[in-house]
Order: sequence, then structure tokens, then C-alpha cells
Amino acid sequence: MTQARIDARFAALKAEGRAAFVPYVMAGDPDAATALAILKGLPEAGADLIEVGFPFSDPMAEGPPIQRAAQRALAKGMTLKGTLALIAAFREADQTTPVILMGYMNPLVTWGFQAFARDAAVAGVDGMIVVDCPPEEADPLADALEANGMALIFLTTPTTDDKRLPTVIRRASGFVYYVSVAGVTGVKEADAAAVAPNVERIRKASGLPVAVGFGIKTPERAAAIAQVADAVVVGSALVDEVAEAVELNEDVTRRVLSKVDSLAKAVRFARRGLTAV
Amino acid sequence: MNAPTLPNDYAAYPDAKGRFGDYGGQYVPETLMPLVHDLDAAYAAAKADPAFQAELSGFLTHYVGRPSPLYFASRLTEHFGGAKIYLKREELNHTGSHKINNCMGQILLARRMGKTRIIAETGAGQHGVASATVCARFGLPCVVYMGAVDVERQKPNVFRMNLLGAQVESVTSGSATLKDAMNEALRDWVTNVHDTYYMIGTAAGMHPYPEMVRDFQAVIGREVREQILEAEGRLPDAVVACVGGGSNAIGIFHPFLNDEGVKLIGVEAAGDGMDTQRHAAAINGGRPGVLHGNLTYLLQDDQGQITEAHSISAGLDYPGIGPEHSWLHDVGRATYQTATDAESLDAFMLLSKLEGILPAIESAHALARIGEIARDVGKGGVVVLNLSGRGDKDVNTVAAHLGRQI
Repeated sequence: MTQARIDARFAALKAEGRAAFVPYVMAGDPDAATALAILKGLPEAGADLIEVGFPFSDPMAEGPPIQRAAQRALAKGMTLKGTLALIAAFREADQTTPVILMGYMNPLVTWGFQAFARDAAVAGVDGMIVVDCPPEEADPLADALEANGMALIFLTTPTTDDKRLPTVIRRASGFVYYVSVAGVTGVKEADAAAVAPNVERIRKASGLPVAVGFGIKTPERAAAIAQVADAVVVGSALVDEVAEAVELNEDVTRRVLSKVDSLAKAVRFARRGLTAV
Repeated sequence: MNAPTLPNDYAAYPDAKGRFGDYGGQYVPETLMPLVHDLDAAYAAAKADPAFQAELSGFLTHYVGRPSPLYFASRLTEHFGGAKIYLKREELNHTGSHKINNCMGQILLARRMGKTRIIAETGAGQHGVASATVCARFGLPCVVYMGAVDVERQKPNVFRMNLLGAQVESVTSGSATLKDAMNEALRDWVTNVHDTYYMIGTAAGMHPYPEMVRDFQAVIGREVREQILEAEGRLPDAVVACVGGGSNAIGIFHPFLNDEGVKLIGVEAAGDGMDTQRHAAAINGGRPGVLHGNLTYLLQDDQGQITEAHSISAGLDYPGIGPEHSWLHDVGRATYQTATDAESLDAFMLLSKLEGILPAIESAHALARIGEIARDVGKGGVVVLNLSGRGDKDVNTVAAHLGRQI
């Protein structure tokens, strides 16, 4: 039961009284070997859970940073199969950090839900976020993941009102993701004051931890969200580091991990009123 | 996929979940789900409201210019020496294509829903022009997303949209064609959920669009039915239309779905040829998958990445097809053939010279197969072809392929 890793991690964080920091990295960006080096360095840099994007040609809910990351990864030949190989390699050294895959339906449809779920569990995946799979279409995928001990993580958004919330969390497990802005990834900025009541509402209705993402770019913003959420997800700001490091011919792994370190510290100390530096 | 079971009533789809057999559905991000449900409910109410239907009918008559003629193309018929060929003259509609039928329906619905901003995607620019037109007529701001490649090859339509007051956003992401324009429109919609109505131009995307766009385009087939009964005293042996997303085809097919004696034939764009990778034939060269909110036939690689479509026709240059076509193909109620760029150019020239009608390069794909179909049906038979748009917009493209400067 690999979903157990998610539950264990959130239980431990609750005991510590702090929010989780969840970095998002794109599999294969800028290439498979570097992505693996980044992945391996994430726990020590302060990642409590890890989201790994699997690239898709037509990511309709992503802003330019993650669109470009997917294009870079696809150009280097990254696939869903390659993504699972990356996770398996990561698992050789890390048995405790939960890994959530995030992406779009079509590569999963192509693989077949049952076969994919079996292979993903073997590779060490703990949960899936599938952006274009709303609860209305989720049962076949959720069944396959559940049978293999993985969680299908559902997205809630500012448009998910009280009437709709029960539909969204009906099969939720692991945690619930709250998309803090109506929009694509990495464009608008999340507002902690507006996020707080929604996190409370979703936590209460689902009985699960609530992770907040989309629109968190800086340690300051991450710290503010960490005051109110159970987990803080940062994606676009990290893939932008990859892009800049490549452009400036810098060490990509070091640059990304250094950004992760500053964001993770901000989250770690947020509720103690301490500053990150 | 489950093996398709043959339905008793082809016209009874989609089901309550927006499915045509396995195809269709609502694969959209959660942010859009409440909007999609609202749209579904608002459309169902409008569909059943005689006042809405009367308003739409009035605009179709006095603004769009319906009914469009069903014209017996005697010289084309004589040229091929087979069945009588009739052309449904959708190119004579206001704005020059069938696209306005759908836009008029959707703008009235958007107004009814209290939406104040319209977005649309376009390939050839026909839907963009039709969207810009109805937005001008009703005084609503309009943003049209168009792939940068298409902006280049359809400049006259870009200027027309600007004249009509629409803002054209050139899309450079991905392959910079219609699918990417649709991605950008969806990203806009996710970002501007409070006031924006997404006017999808084809019978594809998430439920209820495939049903709603089909319903608005079915006026074509209803008119053909009446007109051919009046002209010939019988139903046609075959109805033929080009298929990209498939709105003109489903519009003319739908009122004939339960007339099993009427063959329904869609023609996909084969680009450089089906033996190459450069085509846009989702059914003939793709397999089912999920894109833009629906499960349908798609061009994709073995990893499920969407591949680029290629066609001389910007309007057919899309890697998917509407879900109802996918289902009609699987159950065998409609058949889907292909026509290459070269065949379509020949057909474009032929119709221009024989009948004095410049067809849209999209419609010319259907024309490229009409000779064989008319001969298969044979003398004494009747076939109807949906001439979905006019070709004035394509003269630059055609000239370029002929190696001529204009």
C-alpha cells in the first residue's frame, strides 16, 4: 500500500505542527539524467512530498513556464514510461518521501489504466493528479489506482462551491489539492487571506490534508500559505529556474535545489514566526 | 473500448453523461466543471424554450439569409456521368460559411446566460469571422485565438475580424495551429471564468458542445431534407461533407441518421497522403484518446502525445474529430474517406470552372470524392454535397500552390 507513505508523511508533519513543502519538477527537464539528480537531491533540500510532472503535448491548464518545461522534456524524448523509470531510480535510495505524478489523461489512456497502475505502483508512485480528469470521469482511473494502493488526488478550485464540493471529494484520498487561483499555473499570485477559508472548508468536508498550489512563487508567499494550508506546492517558479540555468549555462541541479532549500525553509519556519534566512 | 452495440435510434445521442457510445465526455480541469454544468443546463432550457428557438429562427432568416439554396449542379453531374449532384449552398450564408449558424445560436445563449465577453478559436478564420460578426451585432467584446501559422496563411480573414472589432490573438505555443488556438482559448476561459463565454466552433470539445453545435448546424440537414423532397420527391442516396472537427458534416448528417438508406460519407484531409505522416485524418490515421475535453479519434504517437496535423486547409488542420463522428464510424452508420491536398486543389479548380463557384478549400475535400461517389450511386441516383464555405479566402493559398503571384 504505497498510499500509506502519503498518510504517514502528513501524520508526522501534523505532529511537528508544520506544513509540508511540495516541489514540482518536470520529468526529463532539461534531460533525464539531470532530472534524476534534482529528484534525488530534493528530500535533503527540504521536500516533504514531491510532485513529478509527466510531459504532455497539449497541457491546457498550464501557463508558459510548465508548457515550456514539457516541451523541453518531450524534445529530449521523455515519456510516461521514462517518468516511471525515473521514479524507480529515485526509490532505490528513498523509501519514505511520497511521490505524486501530475499530468494529463491521454498518455494514461494510451497505456491503459490497469497496466499503468500496476507499473506505477512497482516503480514507487504514491498518487496521481490528472488535471483533465474531473470526478465525473474519474471512476475507471480511480478504481485502477485504488486496486494498486495509490491515491487519485482531486483538485478543488475557487469555482468549487459548497454544492459541488461533495462530488469532488467523494473518492478523495491522500490529500486534496486546492488550486488557489482561477487560472493556469504560474501566472496569477495566490492570496493567503482568500485561500484560508477555502482550505478550512475543504479540510472539514474531506477530513484530509489540503495542499495549496498554482501561483506561489516566492519564499514570502510560500510562508504565508504555509500558515493556513497543510502543504504548499511550488512548480512554475522551479521549472523557471531550470530554464534560466540552462540559458546561463549554470549547474541546473544546484540552482533548482538552492531555490527548493529557500522555499522549504520558509515553509518549515512559517508557523514559528521565524524568518527563513 | 467496448464493442459498439447498434442503437435503435441514432438521433437519441448523446446520453445523459454526454456520451456517444464510449466517445465524448467532459475531460476538463475542475475550474471549468461548474461552468460546463451551467452551460449544459442553460442550453437544455434554451433548447426547450419556444421563445429562444423563435428568436434564433428570426435571425437565421433575416440576418444569416437562410434557407440556403439546394442547387442542382448540372454541369458537375454531366462531367462525372453518375448520380445527380446537388450542392447545399452554405457558402452563400452571411460571412461565407456554415459557421454562422452555430455562432448565432451560441451568441443568443451567451446573452441569455448574462455573459459579457466572448472568446473563440479559429483555424481557417471562418469561425473567427462568424464569431466576430455576431459579437459586433450584439455589441459584445470578442477575442479570437488563432495559430500563428494560420494567421499567416489566412491574412484576409484576420483583417476581416479586426474590421468587425474583434481582437485576434496570434498563438505561438505548440504547433501554432488550430489545436494550440483551442488550448489558449481554454486557458483564457480557466482564467476568466466569471464573465466569459467560450464559443467553440466545431462539434467537438467537452459536453455539451458536441451536441449543442450539432443542433445549431442541423438546420442544414433539415433544410436539405425538405428541399430534396421537393426537388426529387425522394431522399438522397448519399450525403457527403468534409470533416475536420466535423460541424458541417454532423449538421447535414444528423437529420438523416435514422434513414438507413441514405449513405453518410465524411471526407477527411489526407494532406500529402495517408502513406505519409503529413495528414489530418483522425479516423483514418488515428486512434481514440482524450484531448480538449472529449474522448475521440486523435492523431497521436505511441506514447499518447498529440501529433501535428497537416493539411492545405487551415480549417481541417486539427488532430481530432467530433465524438459523434467517432461513434458513427465505429457503429458503421457513416463512412469516412480521405482526400489529399492535390486532389482537393483539383476539385477546387473543377468546381470553379464548371459551375462558377469558388469552394472553400475545406469543402473542396468533399468535392474531391464526389465523382466516385456519384458514379458508385449511378445514374438515376441523387447525392447531396455540403458546400460548407466559399473559397475567396483561399485564393492566396491556391495561387501559391500553382506557383502564381497575385
